[in-house]
Amino acid sequence: MSGPDHGRASEEVLARVVREHAGRLAACLVSLLGDFSAAEDLVQDAVEIALRRWPAEGVPERPDAWLFTVARRRGLDVLRRESNYRAKLAQLQWPQPARDDDRLRLLFTCCHPALSPAARIALTLRVVCGLSTAQIAAAFVVPEATVAGRLTRAKRKITEAGIPYRIPDPEDLPERLQGVLAVLYLLFNEGYLSSTADRAQARDLVDDAEWLAALLADLMPNEPEVAGLLALIRLHRARGAARFDSRGRLVLLADQDRGLWDHAAIAEASALLMRTARAHRRPGPYQLQAAIVACHAEAGSFEHTDWAQILVLYDMLLHLAPSPVTRLHRAVALRYAKGPAAALAELTGLERPLARYPLYHATRAELLRELGDTDQARECDERALTLTANPAQQALLYERLSWR
Amino acid sequence: MKYVMMFVETEEFAKQLEAMGELEREAAYEAVLRWFADNSDRITHHVHLAPVHTATTVRLGTGEPVVTDGPFVEGKEVVSGFAEVDVADLDEALRMARSWPACPVVEIRPVS
Repeated sequence: MSGPDHGRASEEVLARVVREHAGRLAACLVSLLGDFSAAEDLVQDAVEIALRRWPAEGVPERPDAWLFTVARRRGLDVLRRESNYRAKLAQLQWPQPARDDDRLRLLFTCCHPALSPAARIALTLRVVCGLSTAQIAAAFVVPEATVAGRLTRAKRKITEAGIPYRIPDPEDLPERLQGVLAVLYLLFNEGYLSSTADRAQARDLVDDAEWLAALLADLMPNEPEVAGLLALIRLHRARGAARFDSRGRLVLLADQDRGLWDHAAIAEASALLMRTARAHRRPGPYQLQAAIVACHAEAGSFEHTDWAQILVLYDMLLHLAPSPVTRLHRAVALRYAKGPAAALAELTGLERPLARYPLYHATRAELLRELGDTDQARECDERALTLTANPAQQALLYERLSWR
Repeated sequence: MKYVMMFVETEEFAKQLEAMGELEREAAYEAVLRWFADNSDRITHHVHLAPVHTATTVRLGTGEPVVTDGPFVEGKEVVSGFAEVDVADLDEALRMARSWPACPVVEIRPVS
């Protein structure tokens, strides 16, 4: 075992190498064996052996060949009673002939709407990114047994309910692609919102979400919404360093040190968004959300934000994908374009759909405070506090409540 | 693969059906017949059940079997029929279910 990473391999290097190869191997074995669950077990075994051995031995020069050999040997061993699988595996030789990237099929199977949303996320991380059950459990702060059970049930359902391993037919594709994008976006949000200073050592799900979006953008270059999601994730990440202060407290957009933003990454993501818009002329919710974030990211200071443009983009977004949360965000933009009274008026009608959404109450509190109604503002902040479990959000609300 | 589709009626759907005029109801039935005709090469068997007020439930367990009036779960959603279909995979079954023109809920289960 020799190679550039000889000696010791860091967590980060391991994550990157495994993610690059585990999905490919899984896709190849599912095709060969025609059994999602059996193939996935073999890959996961190989990955777990790698995670045990590579930190001490170093990452082998050809990690893909290494994983392949281990999975194949393990398969011949484990599946010895299943003569059908054994015969197929025996034919499998390295190097693998070049073939189309089967990971797209893998992704559509893992994100099938017949699986529960939690299972879709866990399965995607496990099968496409090669995360172990323990890593997934740690990332979501849930017991390992919960994740293991979820994965087992999902794999059984795939087999027993006949969830296919293929790219959906053209007539189903738009809807199914939306489903895949929703899973990646949820994954990104989970990583982004839970990323606080005290969880710095946890697996960076944002990194996995970006990697998956980039993979999908590569595999489906004719789908502008995929590029839109990728740009959206990259634009958010580019501002990551300014989101928390040195004590791990959340810093609001208006107060962020824009010098800490990664301006090269912002320019690159904005360019991707522009290229996509020009090439396809098919705006969609992810492209529009990314365009809104780009408006913020490109403003030299909070005061220079182009609120009029942001309002136009929110109107387009509401037209394509109406939702109470988007209306709430539009109201915030309206506050800077037209003042707090107009924004507060915009919130009427959102009370019922957003009653349990902490940001609704926090936003109302801010507007009421600006309009001089401190009593009602405190009430709203208190309500928001009872609704959020996020420590960074809680800290911010406590601070506001400590004002008079 | 073989699946059974269970067609589930809701209270609201029953009311809508009730409120329909004769022509409208005829059109609705026709749409259902057309769905069965369009999918006839995939449907291996199907039944429509008599209304739920005709249901009788027997509970076996400890002691004597207990016979009660009504369906096994008292609810707002009741199974009104079944179709057994033979298709390539769940996606094909889902596509069929999406084009179902009548009651608002369809449960799909593979036949074991």
